[in-house]
Amino acid sequence: MIEAVGLTKRYGDKTAVYNLSFQVRPGAVTGFLGPNGSGKSTTMRMILGLDNPTSGTVTIGGHPYRKLPNAPRQVGALLDAKAVHGGRSARNHLLSLAQLSGIPARRVDEVLGVVGLQDVANKRSKGFSLGMGQRLGIAAALLGDPQVLLFDEPVNGLDPEGILWVRNLMKALAAEGRTVFVSSHLMSEMALTADHLIVIGRGQLLADMSVTEFISANSADFARVRTPDTEPQLREKLSSALTEAGGHVLPEQDGALRVTGLPLPRISDIAHEADVRLWELSPHQASLEEAYMRMTQGAVDYRSTADQKAGLQQPLPPGAQPPMPVPGQGQPGWYAPPPPQQGGQPFTAPQGAPYGGQPPAGPYGAPGAAPAGQPNPYAQPAAPAAPVAAPAAPAQPAAPPAQPAAAAPQAAPAAPAPLTDAEPKSEDAR
Amino acid sequence: MAAAQVIRSEWTKIRSVASTVWTLSLAVVVTLALGMLISALSKNEFDKMSARDRTDFDPTFISFAGMSLGQLAMIVFGVLVVSNEYSTGMIRSSLAAVPQRGTFLFSKIAVATGLALVVGMATSFAAFFLGQAMLGEHRAHISDTGVLRAVLGGGLYMTLIAMFSMGVAVMLRSPMLSLGILMPFFFLISNILGNVDATKKVGRFLPDQAGSKIMQVVTPVDDDTPYGPWGGLGIMALWVLVVIAGGYALLKKRDA
Repeated sequence: MIEAVGLTKRYGDKTAVYNLSFQVRPGAVTGFLGPNGSGKSTTMRMILGLDNPTSGTVTIGGHPYRKLPNAPRQVGALLDAKAVHGGRSARNHLLSLAQLSGIPARRVDEVLGVVGLQDVANKRSKGFSLGMGQRLGIAAALLGDPQVLLFDEPVNGLDPEGILWVRNLMKALAAEGRTVFVSSHLMSEMALTADHLIVIGRGQLLADMSVTEFISANSADFARVRTPDTEPQLREKLSSALTEAGGHVLPEQDGALRVTGLPLPRISDIAHEADVRLWELSPHQASLEEAYMRMTQGAVDYRSTADQKAGLQQPLPPGAQPPMPVPGQGQPGWYAPPPPQQGGQPFTAPQGAPYGGQPPAGPYGAPGAAPAGQPNPYAQPAAPAAPVAAPAAPAQPAAPPAQPAAAAPQAAPAAPAPLTDAEPKSEDAR
Repeated sequence: MAAAQVIRSEWTKIRSVASTVWTLSLAVVVTLALGMLISALSKNEFDKMSARDRTDFDPTFISFAGMSLGQLAMIVFGVLVVSNEYSTGMIRSSLAAVPQRGTFLFSKIAVATGLALVVGMATSFAAFFLGQAMLGEHRAHISDTGVLRAVLGGGLYMTLIAMFSMGVAVMLRSPMLSLGILMPFFFLISNILGNVDATKKVGRFLPDQAGSKIMQVVTPVDDDTPYGPWGGLGIMALWVLVVIAGGYALLKKRDA
């Protein structure tokens, strides 16, 4: 059991962690989520007694780490896979750590086997890939057969097989009654691995709940309703009618309405009664990734701006159209690449780019439509790329390329929300 | 016992990196080769020397001439032993395994010092005998007054230089910064301060200037150094104590 109470860490005038209180219980995998720079690693270092909190305490089994009797046999940690002397072999690296904790040398070969590095045990770790480094770090964490395990970004750099292995390892360790605390910035990964979630942003606690709770709280079904763009008053009318009927209505960035609390047929009936025509009425489910991003959006420290490429671009030849930017790039509303089902076809980019790569959901909001409408990319020569792009382009609410960077943060119109919203249901089965 | 575990672990660490072998063998080779060369040159020069220079002629000290360069490799060894932990980030794993930072630091220094002592002593004796062989009829004998003290002192001097570097590296953490300060300091600055008249009075209390006094057998005629051979080594040991204590104080309270 790890328990943090009012944990605060300041570096100079920068507050890395502020008033963080949480508990990590045994027998479960607890995911520790937050954007880059949100204080995850700092918290991990404070748990391990490496950094001293400015105020507050964090204890493991009731003791601060530095007062914990026989700490390395009770707590194992992977903090940084690169924290290995490159000239030392994997076995010697683990051996020095084992000796440090009074662990017998034969345990080194056991953990090397567990992480699958036995064949490169005597190779210098300099030549290790990031994935092999992660495995070596995990081996170090397992050395003392500890009851409490901390992993900082353990799946970084691992291949899919490795990710699956880590996931199962975490679950197995938790099933043995151990306390497993895993940090990540990938919600999707945590949704599969963790039982409990602690979400922080800018060093502050945003959520502390079980994954099931998180899912039910954040991935509720909703309906997207679109009224004719040409008649905004219809939108207002429908909005108030739906609210009156007990629905919850949220306007979306592209003019659609997001309705929760009412079944689709009822929405249709209400619209009919209110004499409002509908251009779209579609069922959706918010993804966990989206819920997480919405939660941490205000807490993201590092945001990209549009790349103006000032002075680098050739003047366009007369008559040529300036290229459209990838939708949403460099704008606050833009989160992540779309899931593979939404036009993430890997081979369209060379021909259709920058349009074809990410067809935004069309006015009918059907994410499946765009990919379906595209011919087999292999069969398509480079020249007819334009027709593919054409239907997509007008639908893009993305900013024109000339938009100055400074305007981007305020210019909320941003990305087509469907990019992240409109995940097909299958994506959210979890 | 925690310290025994840390010492075993530190030994594994120190023997499993190539830099240990490289720096220590460089220290040996440079000290011996340069010492022999200067001894051989001195033998040829002896006949052309003035009478005063001949009375000041110190065959033991001459055979240690290579240490001025060899100590630089010792400095690199001392710095790398400590700063490797920081530059790789291994320090976090180490301190997570040994939350008692004092135990960790002193065991680490003890292992590296033990190794430096063995290598330093071997180098010192080898430098003496090889240097004397080069000096021919002007040679000193190990049984002469003060010679054994000087040879043992040479080994201790090399060891203390390595320890001083470890202390500095604990404080500064970065290998580049530590070497960037230590190398020019011991190679140039300290020699200048210790030999220019204006700064001599202060300069001779610098660690290497004071410590190297132990390797002198023949005291120069107009020597007014206020300390003897062991006094000089004591001054150097005090310097070492100060930097290591400073390093410990910083390590104890600093975030890893």
